[in-house]
Amino acid sequence: MNHPLPPETSDVPLAPGERLPRTQREKLSPEAIAKIQSIAAQFPDRMAGTLPALYIAQKEFGFLSLGAMKEVAAALGVPEGHVFGVATFYTMFRKKPVGRYHFEVCTNLCCALNGAADLLAKVIEKTGARPGEGPSPDGLWSVDEVECLASCGSGPCIQINHGVFDEFVDEAKLEALMDACRRGETAAWGE
Amino acid sequence: MAAIRTKPDPQIYTFEGFGSSRYPNLMLRGAGELDNWRLQVYTRKWEGYEACRKALKMEPAAVTAEVKASDLRGRGGAGFRTGMKWGFMPKDTPERKVTRYLVCNGDEGEPGTFKDRAILEYNPHQLIEGMIIAGWAMQCRTGFIYLRGEFSWLIDKLEAALQEARDAGYLGKDILGTGWDYDILTYRGAGAYICGEETALLNSLEGRRGEPRVKPPFPASVGAFGQPTTVNNVETLAAVAPILRMGGAAYAELGTPGNTGTRIYGLSGHVKRPGLYELPLGLPMDFILNDLGGGSSTGRKIKAVIPGGSSAPVFDAKDFDCPMDFDTVKARGSMAGSGGMIVMDESTCMVQALLRLTHFYAHESCGQCTPCREGCNWMEMILHRIEHGQGRPADLDLLASLPPRINMRTLCPLGDAACGPVESFLQKFRPEFEYHIEHKSCMAGAKSILPGVLAPA
Ligand code: SF4
Ligand code: FES
Repeated sequence: MNHPLPPETSDVPLAPGERLPRTQREKLSPEAIAKIQSIAAQFPDRMAGTLPALYIAQKEFGFLSLGAMKEVAAALGVPEGHVFGVATFYTMFRKKPVGRYHFEVCTNLCCALNGAADLLAKVIEKTGARPGEGPSPDGLWSVDEVECLASCGSGPCIQINHGVFDEFVDEAKLEALMDACRRGETAAWGE
Repeated sequence: MAAIRTKPDPQIYTFEGFGSSRYPNLMLRGAGELDNWRLQVYTRKWEGYEACRKALKMEPAAVTAEVKASDLRGRGGAGFRTGMKWGFMPKDTPERKVTRYLVCNGDEGEPGTFKDRAILEYNPHQLIEGMIIAGWAMQCRTGFIYLRGEFSWLIDKLEAALQEARDAGYLGKDILGTGWDYDILTYRGAGAYICGEETALLNSLEGRRGEPRVKPPFPASVGAFGQPTTVNNVETLAAVAPILRMGGAAYAELGTPGNTGTRIYGLSGHVKRPGLYELPLGLPMDFILNDLGGGSSTGRKIKAVIPGGSSAPVFDAKDFDCPMDFDTVKARGSMAGSGGMIVMDESTCMVQALLRLTHFYAHESCGQCTPCREGCNWMEMILHRIEHGQGRPADLDLLASLPPRINMRTLCPLGDAACGPVESFLQKFRPEFEYHIEHKSCMAGAKSILPGVLAPA
């Protein structure tokens, strides 16, 4: 894979007035369309396929451009406005690209009590990416603040793509994790 | 590298008395053991699916009666009686045959709460078994497990467990020869705390924006896809199999009258042994905090505890002896809620803690009701300026004037949830807020714990 798509994770919000970016590829693959339709067929109403379909599209395109949302609407046979409304409601549908490894640092109270502020600062320093500002220059990292990740008893914690990592008390642990990312040892927690 | 770890560490489970008849482990059985989620292990070690076999031989109404006898109360937050909720599902009439749905609420997002994740991760078959029994009791056609989007890594495991159950004949067509068809589907949310509210969850499950609906009609009459639906929390459904196995009356002997059974408490914050503890209801909070949790992790005294997830009003030291059951905690002015206890030591700045929580509610408000949408933001703004040394003398009264204008004036409980902390923090720790405004600095004298967007510029 020469140009790996960003993993499926959470979103980076648009700045006020900013337009949704477009990708070159805006056609869903036939496999994706088939998958969307088979998922939608499980439910009594095909609209219920909207969230799963958006996840599928996000995986194909890396993020959800307007064109991607239109594709989803066409595949499901539901109004485009509906899909746009849903995609913009939920934070995990990304409207902008993210880096290959998306660090989502929980900064809610339980994690904050145990040092989330220091952790976030360290993540920002080490990755060179800033919350809400898209990927780092090398495209490898994105950083965002998120609300509770349901690991409150072992905070502070970070979700990286599909894996939750907790008990961040020292910098060494963060470095080890970033090294694992660089070496690509991430199959276990999903890219 | 181990991808996922859930507290607690194993020593907690071997704590003296745990797993004994006094403190039976009903829902966290085998938690922490990596292969515990397999059907084989569940059947071999935990008498898996025996309760399901037993229930399917009973009349559906008798199953509901058993749950009523157990007096189980919903573990998601509100503490409503589960048997009664099941009883609200309409019966078939000669004119109309209804399609009923069961929905498992796995949208765990309340700060301080991390119990459902442990069940889903280590004991999914117990949840599935509970959903089969509940589905039979209400004669549902389909069950849905709605998981929060961040739990994507759990979905694969859950799907695998569901497939194991299908292969063993516990799900699908003609379950165990009863002629009853029933299956369970998973559905993944996409990052919206409000989807934990049952009607918002139903909207989300239908593929819409997760905005709460006006009640009535209640989900029991118009729920998912317009059909009668019951929504239960993960922990509630996980309690159903043990109830059937041991009998409702025996289950009701655990805990205290009116607050029966065991529940999972989550300890987080400044506590030495954070993690999950399954205990009978009604044990005093200081026992859980000190004897089990080991007390403060920092060596400083514990100043405040939020007893039931971040929306529960905070307790100060004089309430630490409160028995942890739904009714007593409520009588003392808070909520047992989700059972997530957030512990704060003396160095915690209450202005910061409240600002962080209020930021959360302002961020998660779905925006449908003006009092919630505007009020939460307004409360956050006031707290923000107090925290950052720009507080005005009139700010505290202004802040205190907002909750009465939000409380009970909104479509769903998120508005009220945002008010609980504001009212209680102001009531119990007002001097800290006053000090902040007057001295433009923190009484606790601690360095800021506020990260990112809330941090001082
Ligand atoms: S109270 Fe808040 S979250 Fe609930 S429906 Fe109203 S605006 Fe939405
Ligand atoms: S507060 Fe960070 S995981 Fe719950």
